[in-house]
Amino acid sequence: MGRGARGIFVAAWPVIVLSLLLVAIVVAAGYASPSVQRVITEMLIRVVIVVGAYIFIGNSGVLSFGHVGFMAIGAYVTAWLTIPVAQKPYVLPDLPAFLASAEWANLPAALAAGAAASFIALVFGAALMRLSGIAASIGTFAMLVIVQTVFSHWDEMTGGASSLYGLPTYTTMTVALAWAVVTMVAAFAYQQSNSGFRLRSSREDPVAAASFGVNIHRERLTAFVVSAFFVGIGGVLHAHFLGIVVASSFFLATTFLLIAMLVIGGISSLSGAVIGVVVVSLLAELLRRAEGGIDLGVFVIPGGPGLREVGLAFVMLVILVFRPNGLMNGREIGLPRMVRLRPARDGGPILKSSESSE
Amino acid sequence: MNIAAQHIVDMLSVGGLYALMALGIGLIFGIMRLVNFAHGELVMIGGYAIWLIADLPGPLIVVLSLAIVAIFALAMERIAFRPLRDASPATLLVAAFAVSYFLQNLAMLIFGARPKPFTFADGLIENVVVFGLRVPQLQILSLVLTILALAGLALFLKRTRMGVQMRAAAQDFRMARLVGIPANRIIALAFLVSGILAWVVSLIYAAQIGQLSPTMGLQPVIIGFVATVIGGLGSLTGAAIGGFVVGCLSVGLQIMLPGDLREFREAFLFAALLLVLLVRPAGIVATSALKERV
Repeated sequence: MGRGARGIFVAAWPVIVLSLLLVAIVVAAGYASPSVQRVITEMLIRVVIVVGAYIFIGNSGVLSFGHVGFMAIGAYVTAWLTIPVAQKPYVLPDLPAFLASAEWANLPAALAAGAAASFIALVFGAALMRLSGIAASIGTFAMLVIVQTVFSHWDEMTGGASSLYGLPTYTTMTVALAWAVVTMVAAFAYQQSNSGFRLRSSREDPVAAASFGVNIHRERLTAFVVSAFFVGIGGVLHAHFLGIVVASSFFLATTFLLIAMLVIGGISSLSGAVIGVVVVSLLAELLRRAEGGIDLGVFVIPGGPGLREVGLAFVMLVILVFRPNGLMNGREIGLPRMVRLRPARDGGPILKSSESSE
Repeated sequence: MNIAAQHIVDMLSVGGLYALMALGIGLIFGIMRLVNFAHGELVMIGGYAIWLIADLPGPLIVVLSLAIVAIFALAMERIAFRPLRDASPATLLVAAFAVSYFLQNLAMLIFGARPKPFTFADGLIENVVVFGLRVPQLQILSLVLTILALAGLALFLKRTRMGVQMRAAAQDFRMARLVGIPANRIIALAFLVSGILAWVVSLIYAAQIGQLSPTMGLQPVIIGFVATVIGGLGSLTGAAIGGFVVGCLSVGLQIMLPGDLREFREAFLFAALLLVLLVRPAGIVATSALKERV
C-alpha cells in the first residue's frame, strides 16, 4: 500500500479512533466529580492491563491465566524502587541494602518494573510456550500460583500477606491515559509487524503456519515477553493509584475480570480489548452501585457482596452463547465509508488482511 | 519404618483424592474438549448440600446431596455448555471459568463469604491402630471411599455398555457419533459421572479441611487440572496416574522441605510440575487429543 501520510493514517485508523474515544471520555470526566474521575482512572489502568494481555492472548489465541502475576511483579518492583528511603524501614525492615537505599524517579522505576515482568515471562515462557494451546493455558495457571505463593510468603521482600504502603500516588487520569495510548500504539504496531502476522497466522491454523516456516514457539515467546512488559506497567499504575500493594489482590478475581473484559469485547482484535474494558467497567460500576439492593418497585432484588461478580459472570455467559467472538466479533473499528480506499483492515482471519501487508 | 509407612498412607490418600478430581475433569475433557473449571464448584455445592441437610438421617443425606450435585452438573451442561458445543476449546474454557465464577459468587450471595464449620461425624477424628500404625479413622474412610469410587468408575467404563460408549466418545467423538453413539446422552452421562466423582471428593475434602467456603473448590480444581495435564490431557489412565503423581509430590515436599521453605510448598509443587511438562510436554500418557487434525 502507499506509505504516505495518508497510508499511515489509514493503517493506524483503529488506534486513532480508540485513542480519541479514551481522550473524549477523559475530557468529559474532567467536568465530573472526583469519584467519577477515579472510576475512569481505574478503567484506563485496565486498558493498559487488558491491551497488554491482548498482545499475547489475542494474537496467539492461547488463553493465559498467568498475566495477573505480571501485574504483581510490576507492582512489587515499583514498590521496592519508589517507597521513600525514610519510610522503608517501617514498611520493609529486612530489605537488602541496595533496595533499602533506592529511591528512583517514577518513570525509570516503572520501566524497570515492566522489564522485570518481561524477564520473568521469558523464564516461564521458555518452558510454557513449548506446550500445546490448552496445556499452555493451564501451565500459565501454575505460573500464577507460583507468583502468588512467593509474593504472599516472602516476608523480607514483600511483607508477606500484609500490605506495602507509602507508594507515591502519581497515577492521575492523565498519566493513565498516556500509558493507555502508548500501550495501544505498541499493541497495534506489534500486531501489524511481521512477527505479529506470523503469530496470528499460527492462531488461525498452526499446521499451515508451521508448514510455511513459522516458528510458533519463538513467536509466542516474543509476544509473551512484550505482553508481560505492559501488564507489568499496568500493575505499576495500579500500585501508584492505590498507594498500597497487597499480594492477594493479584489472584483469581482480577484474572477473571481481565478475561471477562477480553472475551466480552472479542478476544482477537485490539478494538475488542478496549471496547471490552469500557463496557465491563461501566457494567461493573453499575452493579457495584446495585450491591445495596435493586428496588424494582414490585419487588426488591437483595444486594450483597458477590452480586457484581454474579452479574458479570452471567453477562459473560450470555455473550459467549450468543456472540462467541465478542462484541467486536474479531474486527477492528473500520474507516468510515467516505475515506475508505479499500476494505478496512480486519483483525479477523489473517488471509483477509495479508493483501495489505505490502 | 513406621514413619515411612505413615507417609505412604498419606501419599495414597492424598493422591487418591487428586486422582478423583483429575478423573472428573479428564472425563469431560476427553469427550468435549472442555476444561471444566466449574468442577471445583460441584465439590463446593456438595459440601454445602450436606451441610444444609445435615439433620436428616444418614442414608437420606447421601441420596439427597448426591442428587443435588448431580442436578447442578447436568444443569451446567444443559444451560451453559450445550449451546457452545461446537465452539473452540479456548471459548469453552472461558465459559467454564464464567460458570465457576458465577456459582462461587452465587454461593457467596446466599451463604456469605465467611467459612462455615463442617463437622462430618465427629468420632472420625480419633485414631485407630492398624498394623501398628496410628491412622485417623477419617483417613481410612477417605481411602476406602476413594478406592470404591475408582474401582466403580473402572468397572463402569470397562464393563458396561454405556461405559464403553463413553470411552469410545472420549477417544474420538466424531467417529463415535458416526457409529451411532448418541451425543447428547453420552455427554450428559459424562457430566453425571463427573458430578458423582465431585460429590465423593466433597465428602472427603470438606471433612478434611473442616470448613465450607464459597471458594473451597478452587484448590482441588487447580490441582486436578495440573494432574490431568501431567498425566496427559485426554487420557483417563493418565488422569489417574497424574493425580497420584501430584499427591506424592505434594506430600513428599511437605516432608522434605525445611521448615522456613515449607510455606512455599505450593510454589515448589507447581514448579516441579512445570519441569515435568518440560521433559514430557504431552504428559505422561501422551494421546492424540492435543494434536491438530489435518
